[in-house]
Amino acid sequence: MSTLHTVNKSPFNHATLSQCARLCHDQDAIVLLEDGVYGALTSSPCATDLASLLARGVALFALECDLRARGLEARLLPGIQVTDERGFVRLSLEHKTLQSWY
Amino acid sequence: MRRQLLFINRHSPYGESVARDALDAVMTAAAYDQHISLLFLDDGVFQLLVGQAPGSIAQKSLGASLPALPLYEVEDIYVHLGSLQARGLSPEDLILESVTLLDDAAVQALRARQDHILSF
Repeated sequence: MSTLHTVNKSPFNHATLSQCARLCHDQDAIVLLEDGVYGALTSSPCATDLASLLARGVALFALECDLRARGLEARLLPGIQVTDERGFVRLSLEHKTLQSWY
Repeated sequence: MRRQLLFINRHSPYGESVARDALDAVMTAAAYDQHISLLFLDDGVFQLLVGQAPGSIAQKSLGASLPALPLYEVEDIYVHLGSLQARGLSPEDLILESVTLLDDAAVQALRARQDHILSF
């Protein structure tokens, strides 16, 4: 039974994303949104955590509108999928529960 | 229909109102006869620390309210062991005696049993 996680804090200022990564199950997915999208940068302090999540099968998404607003679209870690609001809604339906990390 | 609800508390008790909001929501949900579990995670474990005396900052004690939870039939209370350890705390430092300590895998298993998660 999988969970969709959302993270809305920058990992440069907060431990939220690494805390989420620690308790993420292999079948789960994470959506980075609001300031959480800074976690998708190649320079992300959580880059190693995210790479091991991807290797375990966890799907990682960043919300397009938040990336665009911050000028980040061309600076993403490999393996991060960009999604929009429609995709976000679809993801929320594909998982049994949602945990919001804020 | 009786559903499995998990309330996840990740915030310390007095810096913002979210911990108080969580307790209010728990007691409301309990009134609707749902199966409720509470998980204290990350800074949320500070909500359980003994010796809280927030009169000094003109707030009511959150910790003092927690022992009342069994009166609301909220008895499944879980604490993430790694969060305790990272903050230099042990189970003896907690207000509640009857908590269940969970490792990372047990948190994942607890989450997998739920119909809904409420994140505070």
